[in-house]
Order: sequence, then C-alpha cells, then structure tokens
Amino acid sequence: MSTTTAAPALVTAKTAKPPNPARVRRRRRLAQWGFIAPAVIFMALFFGYPLVRNIVMSFQDYAPSTFFTGESPFNGTDNWSKVFNDELFGKALVHTVLFTIGSLIGQFCVGLGLAVFFNRRFPLNGVLRSLILLPWLVPMVVSGVVWRRILDQDTGVLNSFLGTLGLGGDTPWLTSTSMALISVILVNIWIGIPFNMVILYGGLQEVPKELYEAASLDGASAWRTFRSITLPMLRPVITVVLVLGFMSTVKILDLILALTDGGPADSTQTLGTLTYQNSFVQLDFGAGAVVGNILILISAVFAVFYLRANRNEGK
Amino acid sequence: MASTVRTPAASTRSTGRPKRRWGATVFGVLVLCVMLFPLYWMVNTALQPESGLLEVDPVPHGLDLSGFRSALTDQGGNLLTSLAVALGAVVICLAVSAPAAYGLAQFRLRGTRTIVFGTLITQMVPGIVIANALYSAYVDLGLVNSYAGLMLADASLGIPFAIVLMRSFMVAIPREVIEAAEVDGAGRFRTFVRVVLPMSRNSLITAGLFSFLYAWSDFMFALTLNTTDDVKPITLGIYQYIGAHVGDWGSVMAASVLSAVPAAVLLVLSQKYIAAGITGGSVK
Repeated sequence: MSTTTAAPALVTAKTAKPPNPARVRRRRRLAQWGFIAPAVIFMALFFGYPLVRNIVMSFQDYAPSTFFTGESPFNGTDNWSKVFNDELFGKALVHTVLFTIGSLIGQFCVGLGLAVFFNRRFPLNGVLRSLILLPWLVPMVVSGVVWRRILDQDTGVLNSFLGTLGLGGDTPWLTSTSMALISVILVNIWIGIPFNMVILYGGLQEVPKELYEAASLDGASAWRTFRSITLPMLRPVITVVLVLGFMSTVKILDLILALTDGGPADSTQTLGTLTYQNSFVQLDFGAGAVVGNILILISAVFAVFYLRANRNEGK
Repeated sequence: MASTVRTPAASTRSTGRPKRRWGATVFGVLVLCVMLFPLYWMVNTALQPESGLLEVDPVPHGLDLSGFRSALTDQGGNLLTSLAVALGAVVICLAVSAPAAYGLAQFRLRGTRTIVFGTLITQMVPGIVIANALYSAYVDLGLVNSYAGLMLADASLGIPFAIVLMRSFMVAIPREVIEAAEVDGAGRFRTFVRVVLPMSRNSLITAGLFSFLYAWSDFMFALTLNTTDDVKPITLGIYQYIGAHVGDWGSVMAASVLSAVPAAVLLVLSQKYIAAGITGGSVK
C-alpha cells in the first residue's frame, strides 16, 4: 500500500503540471502488469490451454485421418467407455500405483538415511555430497539406456556380478513379466535418491543443535533422538519431499520407455505410457486424453496436499 | 582439488575421535561408488566398442575411441540441436519469468496471489497431457518439427520453477533501493534491468541453469512434437539408437557419455547454485 500512495507523489514532484492522480495510478498499474503479462500469457497457452483442450478432446473422435481432414466430431462418452472397458487401463492403473508407492518408499528411506549420514561432520563430506547429485542431473532417458545395458539378462554386469557371488546370475530383469516392474522401480529409486537426500539434508540443517545437546544430556539413545527430535522437526520438509516425489513419479515416461518400452507384455505400462501409446502410437488422441485426464485428477488430489504443505511452510 | 586442501584443515579443527570421522568418509566413498557405478559403467562400456553383445570387462583395456567416433558421426548434429534448443529455452524462460518474478515480488497488484498459486499448480500438470493437447495445436500452427516450437515447449518446463525461485529472492530486495533508483529518474524498466537484475544475479543463474538442464534432458516433447528428423535432440537420438544399434552398445554408451557431459560440467562449475536450486525452488 505504501508504494501506491507514495509513488504518485514522486511522479508529481518530477513532472511540471500535476496530472490527475487516478490516471497516474491507472497508468502505473498498467505498466506494472506489463512485467507479469508475458508469463501469464505463456502459462495460459502452455498449461491452461492444454488442460482445457484435453478435456474437450476426451469427448472427441480422433482417428489418424483427423490430421488430414481436420475433422474430430464429438462422440459423447465413447472414449471414456472404451478406455474403461480396456483391461489394459486397469493394469496400467495398478502398475502406476505400485511404481509410484514403491519408488517413493525406496527413494525416501535411502535419501533420509543418507541425509542423516551426511549431516555428521567428516572429511570430504561436501565433495561426496555434491558428487552424489550426478545421477539426478543426467537425462532420464540416458539413465534408462545405461541401466538397460546393466540389467541385460545374458551380458549385463549385474547378473555376471551376482553369478560371481554365487547368487544365481540369470535373472531376467527386464524381460520377464514378473521382474520388469520391480526393475523399473529399482532404477527409479536410484534416480530419486539424490533429490530426496538434498532436500532432507537441507531440512536437517535447520534443526537447532541445542535440541540434540539437550537430548544427549538426558541420555537419549540415537534412535530415540531420531524419533523424538529429528522426525518431528523434519515433518514439513518430509511432506514437501513426498508430495513433489509423487508428482514427478506418477507421470514418468522417459525412464519406462528407455528401459522396457512398457513391455514385456504391457507389464510396465503405466498411465503415463498409456497416454503416450494411445495418442502418439495409435493416434487415438481422444483415448489418450481420457487417460491423461485421469492422470491429472490423481495429481490434483495430491496438489491439494502440496499447497496445504506449502501454506503451512511459507510465511 | 579443493577437497585435498580442505581436508587437513578440517581434521586439525576437529577435536575428538579423528578415526571415527575418517571411518565415515570411507563409508561415504563406498556409498558414492555404488551410486555412481552406472555412470562409471556407461564410460567403461563406451570405451569397449567391440564388445557388442558380449559381457563388458570391468575396466577398459585401452583407450578405444572408435565408439566415440561413431557416436559423434551419428549424434554430433543431435548434440548441437540439443544445445541450440536448450539455450533458446533458457533465453525464453528467463525473458518471461524474470520480469514476472519481479512483478510478483514487488508490485502489490491485485491477483498476485492467484498468479503465484497458478504457478504452483502448473508444476503439477503431467507433461504428456500438455504434449497431447499441444500436438494438435502445433499441427495447426505449423510448429511441429520446428526449433521454435520445441524451444517454447521446453521453456515451459522451467518457467514455473524459475518464477517461484526468483520471486523468493526478489521479495528480499529492499523497497528503498528500488524507490531510490526511481527517484533518480530511472524508469520502471531501467530500474529492473540496472538494479533488480544485477542484485538477483545468483537466482538468475540458478534459474537459468535449471531451465537448461530441464530442456537438455527433455525427451517427451522431443518425442511427441517431432515427426521427422529435422529437429532431433540427443535424448531422442539415443532412444532411437538403442532400437537400431542393439549390437553396438559401445557407440550407444559413447553417445550417452557425450549427453551427460553438460550435467557433469555444470555440477563442477556451479555446485552451490545446483544445491540452492534443488532446495530453493521446491520448498519455498
């Protein structure tokens, strides 16, 4: 408020004849909106429009020919019932749930463990901590391709390593319907560990040291200290990590395409890959939009959690 | 290098139990080895191009660079495409989000909260949903298979993040500084360029860095918004490579190494910005 009242005064001092203060204020407003407008327009075009368009598309009939004829007639709920009657949808939904929950638990537990570990002071701490970020910075497709090589049943290093240890060594990591989803989850855990670690480490740094001193004076065990001080103090950060982790995991496409292409026999097909399959492989954008909308719906539920966590967190 | 300098100082500063501290370092190195093993394996495989479908030896025998040679021949152009697209996306991203971040931080306009709220929401829209709708719009606009189209789409990956991040920095700029500049006769835009931007340098670098990484890593828009080979970033190139060159893992891995180089370079050059970006943009 202080600026809006102070600013016209400044302007009047500068200019020779005193203009209408209301007009000055309006012009000032307009100039200020000029800063924000490009971003608002951009976000409307690249986020708002797709959201609306996707809903409309889910009620339209898209065929490969649509892009030549330009015709996409409305077909009621045909797309929806088609998707829901396809048993692949149920499978993809289950895979998405397993993939997301499995990844989150793994990433979070290892990330928290490493954050606690790196919260101690020891030589080379900073260097090791920043090098651990590397897997997170490499393009996800590239990580997927590298792991595809490592997990190869016959010539991959993981199996030959396990073979040397006498632990089997012929696991069909990516080629059997029972193992593929587990393998994809494991690789995604590897990708997500650095992110979880960095944010949780940041949270740990904020915990007042006095609390730990007091706990050690009281003779509390390490586990007790962790449970009674570290975890409660970290709660807001934990919420943010989990919700952001959820958001990024539920929609993953790159990794799965690079590792398995959704196979074998659709055993790693998720809602994300199914949207892609429907739209860009079968060119049925209506069906793709239906699955996409469901993905949005799931994200929206968690967006509410995120915003609430954000509100409690922020000033 | 910096580490070896810092270590003796750290151990002399530490008063008690230096042995246990080094024990933690050993464990830390072990963790790092496990975490970075896939990346080591990528480099190792890249240096053994002949291995084809055979098992790869634990260490490369010599420096066989033929994998890199064929990767550069096949993928060199795609690397340049990635670079061009990522840099373009960074420019668009900063040009759009820096003024907005400033406006949202310093002008008390009605609707500011709604826009910040909207920015947070956009971070949650799954990319494939955007691609789904964008594709048909791009067909109509003639933006499919174009650099501009991919740059714009990739910029959208960084913009919400950049706004949130830079805004949280710009909120801290004292109002008096900005008012002082305006009293001196600078217009709103000049104040922004001459005063606000230099003061927010760190947040600009962090935001630029991340929008570069997002655009460089993008695979989904590259896959969905291109139907020909005209605009093919390295991520798409590698993905198609594994389809076509299953027997030639050496070249595939060499291409992967090349695509990971920017990430490694950025990590070394700008550690503090990266840590700040990962925590800053998400928690605040």
